Amino acid sequence: MDFHSPRTWADALALKAEHPEAVPIAGGTDVMVELNFNRHRPPALIDISAVPELAQWDRADGHLRVGAGVSYTRLVRELGPRLPGLAMAARTVGSPQIRNRGTVGGNLGSASPAGDAHPPLLAGRASVELASVRGTRLVPVEEFFTGPKRSVLAADELISAFVVRPAPGPEQFCKVGTRNAMVIAVASFAISLDPEHGRVGTGIGSAAPTPRRAAGAEELLEAELSAAGMWERPRPLPDGLLHRFAELVTSAASPIDDVRGSAAYRRHALAIMARRALSWAWADLMRNGNAPCN
Amino acid sequence: MSTLTGPTRESAGAGAHTCDGVGDDARRPDGAQKVAGRFAFSSDLWADGMVWGATVRSPHPRARLVSVDPSEALRLPGVHCVLTHEDVPGKKTFGLEVADQPVLAVGEVRYQGEAVALVAADSPETARRAVAAVRVEYQPLVAVVDPMEAMLPTAEKVHPSGNIVRHFKLRRGDPFGEAPVVVSGEYEVGMQDQAFLGPESGLAVPADDGGVDLQVATQWLHADRRQVAAALGLPEAKVRLALAGVGGAFGAREDVSLQIHLCLLALRTGRPVKMVYSREESFFGHVHRHPARLRYVHGAARDGRLVFVKAEMVFDGGAYMSSTRAVIGNAGTLSVGPYVVPNVSVDAYGLYTNNPPCGAMRGFGAVQACFAYEAQMDRLAEELGMHPVELRSLNAMSQGSLMPTGQVVDSPAPVADLLRRVAQAPLPPPGPTVADVATEGLLPGGMANTTHGEGVVRGTGYAVGFKNVGFSEGYDDYTTVRVVLAAGPDGPVATVHSAGCELGQGLVTVQAQIARSELGVREVVVETADTRVGSAGSSSASRQTYMTAGALREACGQLRAEMLARAAARLGVPEADLSWAHGEVLGPGGDVLGLPELLEPGPLERTVEWRHRPTQEVDPETGQGDAHVQYSFAAHRAVVDVDTELGLVKVVQIDTAQDVGKAINPGAVLGQIHGGTTQGLGLALMEEIQVEAGRVKNPSFTDYLIPTILDVPPMRVQVLELADPHAPYGLRGVGEAPTISSTPAIVAAVRAATGRRLPRVPLRPQDIVGLGEAAGGTDGADGAAGTGGRAGGAHDLTGGVPEPRGPGSGEGGAVP
Ligand SMILES: Cc1cc2nc3c(=O)[nH]c(=O)nc-3n(C[C@H](O)[C@H](O)[C@H](O)COP(=O)(O)OP(=O)(O)OC[C@H]3O[C@@H](n4cnc5c(N)ncnc54)[C@H](O)[C@@H]3O)c2cc1C
Repeated sequence: MDFHSPRTWADALALKAEHPEAVPIAGGTDVMVELNFNRHRPPALIDISAVPELAQWDRADGHLRVGAGVSYTRLVRELGPRLPGLAMAARTVGSPQIRNRGTVGGNLGSASPAGDAHPPLLAGRASVELASVRGTRLVPVEEFFTGPKRSVLAADELISAFVVRPAPGPEQFCKVGTRNAMVIAVASFAISLDPEHGRVGTGIGSAAPTPRRAAGAEELLEAELSAAGMWERPRPLPDGLLHRFAELVTSAASPIDDVRGSAAYRRHALAIMARRALSWAWADLMRNGNAPCN
Repeated sequence: MSTLTGPTRESAGAGAHTCDGVGDDARRPDGAQKVAGRFAFSSDLWADGMVWGATVRSPHPRARLVSVDPSEALRLPGVHCVLTHEDVPGKKTFGLEVADQPVLAVGEVRYQGEAVALVAADSPETARRAVAAVRVEYQPLVAVVDPMEAMLPTAEKVHPSGNIVRHFKLRRGDPFGEAPVVVSGEYEVGMQDQAFLGPESGLAVPADDGGVDLQVATQWLHADRRQVAAALGLPEAKVRLALAGVGGAFGAREDVSLQIHLCLLALRTGRPVKMVYSREESFFGHVHRHPARLRYVHGAARDGRLVFVKAEMVFDGGAYMSSTRAVIGNAGTLSVGPYVVPNVSVDAYGLYTNNPPCGAMRGFGAVQACFAYEAQMDRLAEELGMHPVELRSLNAMSQGSLMPTGQVVDSPAPVADLLRRVAQAPLPPPGPTVADVATEGLLPGGMANTTHGEGVVRGTGYAVGFKNVGFSEGYDDYTTVRVVLAAGPDGPVATVHSAGCELGQGLVTVQAQIARSELGVREVVVETADTRVGSAGSSSASRQTYMTAGALREACGQLRAEMLARAAARLGVPEADLSWAHGEVLGPGGDVLGLPELLEPGPLERTVEWRHRPTQEVDPETGQGDAHVQYSFAAHRAVVDVDTELGLVKVVQIDTAQDVGKAINPGAVLGQIHGGTTQGLGLALMEEIQVEAGRVKNPSFTDYLIPTILDVPPMRVQVLELADPHAPYGLRGVGEAPTISSTPAIVAAVRAATGRRLPRVPLRPQDIVGLGEAAGGTDGADGAAGTGGRAGGAHDLTGGVPEPRGPGSGEGGAVP
C-alpha cells in the first residue's frame, strides 16, 4: 500500500487527481477501523493531516469557514460559543482521544447516517466546500449525502472546509445511545433557531439512510411562531405545537431495525428529543431575548 | 470507600507480622509496568524467524464441508503451509470436559466461526490474504438455533448423541407443593461476552526433541497441555507450556482456542509461529456466557416464608460442550438462591445448538439463576406487601442451613447481614441536583444531552447471590506448588513455582505474601507459571487463591518442620523444645537460629499437591449430594436514575457487601469487587452478543458495548472477614460473587423506577419504554402473580419504591 504525505493543499489535490482510488486519511479514526476490520484494502492512502490549510478556520462575509481538518477538541475550544450546536455534538463524539484526532471533514467523508456532526450542520444550513484540481464548489450539506456512507464527493475531490453562519440564536443537539459515553447514535436530533429571520433549522441523525432535515417541522414552527408574533415576544410554547413539531420530525425519518435499536424505538426517541430540544432552545430564547448567542 | 470489618483475623502460621505478608495491601509487581504500557502481553511475544498463523473460519452456522482447496493460497509468495484436519496427527477433537470439538472441522461445521483450516505466512498481512485465498466449499444445512426447539425429541441433532448435553434434576420435599401466595415469571439472559482486552495470542516454538514450547495467555496450562499433546500425538513431556502476559480472562481462556493450532503450525513449518486474533476474530475464538431462559414459580406462606420453588432452566450451550455440564450443575444446585426452601423441583437443561459455543464466564451458571430468583423474590415481596430486604432476610440461609441438595452449609453464611449492610448504607442525595444538570454526564444519557431532568425517575433495587468456590460434584481438584528456600547474597530467598495462572487478579502478589508470612523471609521470587511443575488447576471458579494458599501454606509448613529438625540436630535438643517465630528458630535456653544458619547445609525444597475437601457427585434423579466445597456471598443495592421516556439509565450509586473470609490482599479484593460489579452492570444494561439465525451481528467493540467510566457509579464496598474453618486462612473465593447480584440489583432498581416487569437482560432502551419484544412475549404478559391467578400488570412495582423527580420536568414539559 502506498502512503502519500502531501505538505501543501496543492500537492494534496494533485495527488488525489493522480490517484483517484487513493483514500484520504485525516484523523484516521474511521479509516483505521476499516483497515483493521479488513473491510477495505485501498491501494494507497493520502495523509492530509499535515496540510496546514485544512487545520485553519476564519470568518468571511458573516460566515465561518472551518477547515476540514479541525479536530473536535479544537472545535469545542475555539468555536464553541459561535457554533454551540456543533460543539454540543462534538462533545459527544467518542472519547477524548477520538476528539483529539477526529475531524468534521472525516465525519463528512465517511457520510455515515450516524455521524454526529451532520445534524447540527444541517440545522445550521451549512455548506460543504469541495475542491479538486478542477476547482472548488460549495454544496449545501443537505445535498451532500446521497445514501448510507455515500456522498457527492467526486473521486478527484477533497473536502476543504465547511461554511456556516455563526449560530443566529439558540441551538441544541441530543443523541440517544445505550451507553453514557463513547457510543454511536441510535438516533440524534439538532435544532437551530434564528429569531431575527424567523427561521428554524433541524437535523436528524441515525434515523434514515442519510442524515436529513425535518423540513415539514421547520415550516410548521416558522409559520406558527410568526403568526403568533412569538419571535418578537417569546412566550412559552403551547403544548400542542411542541407535539405537532415532534410528530413532523418523526414523520421525516425512515428508520430501520438494526443491532443498535429498533425502528419503532428510533421514532419514539426522535419525538422525545425533538420536543425536548425545541423546549430547551426556546427556553434559552426566552431567557436571553432574541439576541444571537454571539 | 471501603471498610474491612469482621470479628476474625487469623494470623499467618508464622505468628509475628511480616511486611507485605498475608492481609497486607502488597503492591502488585506488574502494576507500574501496566500503567506505563511496558508490560509484555501475549500479543507482544516475538521470536527471530517467526512466521504468522491465521485461521480460516466457517461463515455458516451449519454446513457440510465439501472440500478445502489450498492451492491458490499456497501459490501466494510468503505462504508456508495450509493445514486441514488431515494434518492433525493425533486426536482430531478436543474439549474441556469431553473432546467433542474438531481441532479443524471434519465433514461438517457446526457454528459460524468454526476453524476449518490454518495458514502460516511470513507476515500477518500475507497470512490474512492466504486465509481469503483458501477455497472452501460448503453446502449449507438448516441450523438448529432455537434452544426451545432443540430440546424437542423431533429436533434435528447437532451431534449424534442428541441435543441435551445435561438434564440436571433437583428434587427436595414435596415437588407438588402448594402455597397461599404464588408468583411465577419467565426470564431471559442474553449472551454475554467476557470482553477481555487482550485478544487470544501465543507463540509456539518447535524444539529439538521433536516437541514444542508454547507461550500462551491461558487460565489452565495443564488442561491446555493435555489437549495439545493429544492432538499432536506427542507425550505430554514433549509439550511444554509457559504463561505469557494475560490481558484478562473471565472464563474465556479456559478452553483451548489457538493453542493446538499454533503447535501444529510450528511443527509443520519448523519455525516459531505467532498468532494474534483480531478483535472480531476473538468474538468467534472463545466461548461466551450461556444465554438462558428461565421459568420460575415461587410459593410462600402469608408471613413470607418460602414454601416451594419450581423452575425450568434452559441454557443454550451452542455447538460444542465446553463446560456446559458443570455450568448446568451450578445453575441447578444454586437455582433457588441463598435461601432456605423446603420444597424444590428444578430441571436445568444444557443444550447443543448451532449457536456460538458457550462455556465458562465469571459467575458460571449462578448469574443466570440469580437474575431469575431475585426477580421472583421482588415479585413475591410486592405480592406480600413486604420490603424486598425484609422478605429476603426472612428466608436467608445461615450457617447450618440445608441447601436444596441436602448439603449442610457448614461455615458462615451471612446472607441477612450482607443485606442489612447494603440496606443501611447511606443513600445518595435525591437528584438530580442543579449540579447534576450542570455537570455533564451525570444524568441518564450521560454526555449526550438527552435530558435536563425530564422523565427522570429514581429507583432502588436489592439483590443477594452466591456462588460455589472451587470445582464441584466430585471433581478431583488439586493444586501443585513447589517452594525452594535458599541462602542468597542479601539473605534468604524463597522461590515459589506453580502453574497457577495470573490473569490480573493478583495471584503472583498473593503467592509472595503467603511465602513471606509463612517463612519469615523478605525476598520472594515467584517464577513464571509453566508446566515444569504439576498442575495448579484452573484460575477460575474463584478457586486459585484458595487452592494456591492451601498448597503453599502446606509446603511452607513442611519447610519449617525441616528447619526445626535441622535446628534440633544442631543444638542437640529435642524438636519439641524448639519453636518457630518469624524466620527464626527459638531454642529452650534463649538460643536463636536464623535462616542463614539453618540454610547453611543447603537449600530446602518441597513440592506439595494440595486438595480441597472432597465433594460428591449428585444423585442423577434428585440432585442430592454434597456437591460443593464452599460458597461465596455478596449483596448489592443499586440506585438508578432512569429517563423513563427515552429508556436510558444512569446508575447513581452501588453499595455492596461481601464476605471474603479473609482478605489476603485487601486492595486486590476491592479490585475484584469493583470489577465484578461492573461486569454485572454491563450484563444489566448493555452487554450482549446478538445472534440471529446462528450468526453474530455485533462482533466488535463498536456494537458490543461494555461500560465506560461514565457508566460506572461510585461504589461503596463493605468487606466482611468471617473465617471459613475449612479453608486456608479462612478465606473465601472472591472473584465471581460480585458479578452475580450486581445485575439483578440494577434491574430491580430500573423496575422500581419504571414499574415495568423487564424480564430480560441486558435491558434495551426499547424494553424500558415498553416498545421491545422480550422473553415470554410482550412486557407484562410474562407471568401471573397470586393464588387467584391475578395477572401481573405491566405497571406493578417491583423491588422498591419509585421516586418521581426532576426540576426540569416542569420546565421542559414531559411527553405524555
Ligand atoms: C472509538 C471511536 C468512537 C467514535 N465515536 C464517534 C461518535 O461518537 N460520533 C461520530 O460521529 N463518530 C464517531 N467515530 C467515528 C469517527 O471518529 C468520526 O467519523 C470522525 O469524524 C472521523 O474523522 P477522521 O478525521 O478521523 O476521519 P478519517 O478516518 O481520517 O476519514 C474518514 C473518511 O473520510 C475521508 N476523508 C477524511 N478527510 C477527508 C477530506 N478532507 N476530504 C475527503 N475525504 C476525507 C476518508 O477518506 C475516510 O473515508 C468514532 C470512531 C472511533 C474509532
